[in-house]
Amino acid sequence: MGILYLLIPLGLVLVAFGLWAFFWAVGDGQFDDLDSPGWSVLSDDESKPPADPGKDEERPS
Amino acid sequence: MSPGGLPCFHCGEPIPRGLVIHARIDGRDEPVCCHGCKAVAEFITGAGLGDYYRYRDTGSTRADEPPRPDRWAAYDRPELVERLTRPEPNGARSITVLLEGLRCAACSWLADKALHLQSGVLDVSVNPATARARLVWDPAKVRLGDLLRVLEHVGLRPHPLAGEPSEQLALLERRAALKRLAVAGFGMMQVMMFAVPLYIGESSGMDADIREYLRLVSMLISIPVALYAGWPFYRGAWHALRARSISMDVPVSIGIVLAFVASVVNALRGHGDVYFDSVTMFVFFLSLGRYVEMIARHRAGSVADALARLAPVTARRLRDGRTEDVQAVELAVGDELLVRTGEVFAADGTVIEGDGRVDESMLTGESVAVPKAPGARVHQGTHNLAAPLRVRVEAVAGDTVLSGIVALLERAQAERPRLARAADRAAAWFLGRILVGAALVFVVWWFVDPSRAFSATLAVLVVTCPCALSLATPAALAAATAALARRGVLVAHTDAIESLARATHVLWDKTGTLTKGLVRVEDVRPLSDLSPQRCLALAASLERMSEHPIARAFLASGADAGIASDVEVFAGEGLEGRVDGQRLRIGTLEFAGGIAAGGIGATGDVSGESWVYLAGECGLIAAFRLTDPVRGEAGQCVADLSALGLASEIVSGDEAAAVARIAARCGIERHQSRLGPESKLARLKALQADDAVVVAVGDGINDAPLLRGADVAIAMGRGSALAQTSADLILVRDSLIDLPATVQLARRTQLVVRQNLTWSIVYNVAALPLAALGFVPPWLAAIGMSLSSVAVVLNAMRLSRGWDRRPRPGVPEPGQPETA
Repeated sequence: MGILYLLIPLGLVLVAFGLWAFFWAVGDGQFDDLDSPGWSVLSDDESKPPADPGKDEERPS
Repeated sequence: MSPGGLPCFHCGEPIPRGLVIHARIDGRDEPVCCHGCKAVAEFITGAGLGDYYRYRDTGSTRADEPPRPDRWAAYDRPELVERLTRPEPNGARSITVLLEGLRCAACSWLADKALHLQSGVLDVSVNPATARARLVWDPAKVRLGDLLRVLEHVGLRPHPLAGEPSEQLALLERRAALKRLAVAGFGMMQVMMFAVPLYIGESSGMDADIREYLRLVSMLISIPVALYAGWPFYRGAWHALRARSISMDVPVSIGIVLAFVASVVNALRGHGDVYFDSVTMFVFFLSLGRYVEMIARHRAGSVADALARLAPVTARRLRDGRTEDVQAVELAVGDELLVRTGEVFAADGTVIEGDGRVDESMLTGESVAVPKAPGARVHQGTHNLAAPLRVRVEAVAGDTVLSGIVALLERAQAERPRLARAADRAAAWFLGRILVGAALVFVVWWFVDPSRAFSATLAVLVVTCPCALSLATPAALAAATAALARRGVLVAHTDAIESLARATHVLWDKTGTLTKGLVRVEDVRPLSDLSPQRCLALAASLERMSEHPIARAFLASGADAGIASDVEVFAGEGLEGRVDGQRLRIGTLEFAGGIAAGGIGATGDVSGESWVYLAGECGLIAAFRLTDPVRGEAGQCVADLSALGLASEIVSGDEAAAVARIAARCGIERHQSRLGPESKLARLKALQADDAVVVAVGDGINDAPLLRGADVAIAMGRGSALAQTSADLILVRDSLIDLPATVQLARRTQLVVRQNLTWSIVYNVAALPLAALGFVPPWLAAIGMSLSSVAVVLNAMRLSRGWDRRPRPGVPEPGQPETA
């Protein structure tokens, strides 16, 4: 059972890493909006205005 | 629900009969309900954003009037923009904007895409949960005013939140709560992982040092859970105690602290029981419940946001004969303002020049515009309808009537949680008994066998650990909240579910709740050989010169208004004017008919007060039925509620006749009219003094104090922001149909809570003597505790499954066309 003395702290380190990653993600705003991002990916390609296909030219505003 | 009306392509509302407006969408003509919706729909598809209509979940907000680009002129001025916005790197600026009408992810996609079509927009982040967007743009390339115009063009009316910190605060609060939740969740899983071998080791044997080791590791993991994740509970308990009251946080904190401290002591001593699993589980489930509640509350918004929507950010000040755009906060008493037609007053004041009409419905509930001559008072947040007015400012900021209503709101808010306190008292009572019991056990064991006194006392505390007990209510409320959310009922304060289950009275504000709150042309009946469109166009040409709400109904109907000349207003009767050389009158039957040379012919079934007539010299031309339509489901809803034992009553700021008519149509016997916010609140207090539990349903700003004072406040999804912030429940779908079912769900929730409480109390009472006598080994106590908790949670889950069919005891079927 001696291996427990090594594996449990290792497991805790992994948990700590997971928490750190989660904290980072929260701080980065990854969880602020869970609805729209998945969405915008879906429709990205079709939403180009027909007038300027694929070009980043400036539109008069 | 106008009979036979097609839904509008943009907003989904039924199109008035006899009206034909089409928006040109991808080469096809789609029917729309007004010119506002036509403009918005054509702009959206014209910009290549037509996908929006494929992906959105719900209809969009009705546009009512076409966008007015000049509204945002003030935001084109760099020096003003500089003050209103925050600086960003590389000379860019940012601002947070509240978007009215933002309903779903598709709307936020639309806002994002539409803004990115502008050059100079650097970043847009739209959050549909809070209806806010943060814009970052390069002022050298694009003006803020243009961005706001684009948003208005796509039907999302922007309200810039100038230097508004509340949004940021809410965001930080959400993030902090999420982090605490994660710590509690991770901690709970880890501790459970070690708890299982510990329990098994109890019965089948385990090396002493491994056991010691696992216990210490559990302690290590529990420390952040108890200290960091549990912190909000301690803080809440401390605030409650300092205010000499007891909130739910108090027993929760005592439970957590006692179990945690005892476990730490035992873990360090090396013998005795540890309850780290209970502690972490407890913290996690409670945090989860609080998190869900907080999200709903944030979504409902804050009072500050609501004010931002009402009071304009800028005003036009007259100084030395010139006008200048200034921020509303810069105004001082004595300043002179020029308020143009269609604008909102930025401060309270007195009219010094101009003769106009002001829509004060948001303050008084009065649906008819009030005439204002020099000397009359005008109020912040009200709408100038007719003519430009010069106004001397007499009250700003905290002294305006609007701020007074907000203050009233805050006071009512402080008085409200009567029921919440009662629930907490019961919990505190139970906890007090447990503490007394534990102390008793300790004393008795002290005399019998001092060495076992501490462990037996702790066993009592854990076995009776209010785990199931404290889960009983939150689990049921969380399940009910989720079920309601799926039905489009947003719960902002979960304790309202408890009050709703016991409700005895419903107070309705008429406008916007029982009715739709919009005067519309519902029917066009030509009485000559002209087409309905032509009749509408003639009427609209005349009405365009007036700013009466009825006139707005005609303009919103979207007819092509022509030019009318020599228009004269006859107060209370109608309008007379000249269109295409023809002398026309519109108004009551007597008034309009008075112009006809040959008198009026038979009007058939088109008589009655809700009809407006158009007549020329040759006789009657058409009749229009105008209604603030009663919601089709209102009668059914009132009947269902009364079947559930809830008495309905109307308290309205509107005219007695109108109120009586609506009351009759909805089957409500008690009604009062011409009430201001204070008298509504007084009526509420009178009911509450008789031990009634009162539900208030409202949608106007003038309802906000009423809503705040009620035991359960319900706002309509399209109601004013201020009403929504005061509400416990928000009917997002803007329909009353779910209200009776919500009451039923609340009652079932209450039933489940009671079952859960009974079960956990029975369990605790049964386990208590055994634990007190020292018969319960820790593993058995833990299994018992876990199973009782699982039972409670599973029971609560029943609530999130299907709704019962609504009762229909002898009520007529809904869906009959309504008239008013």
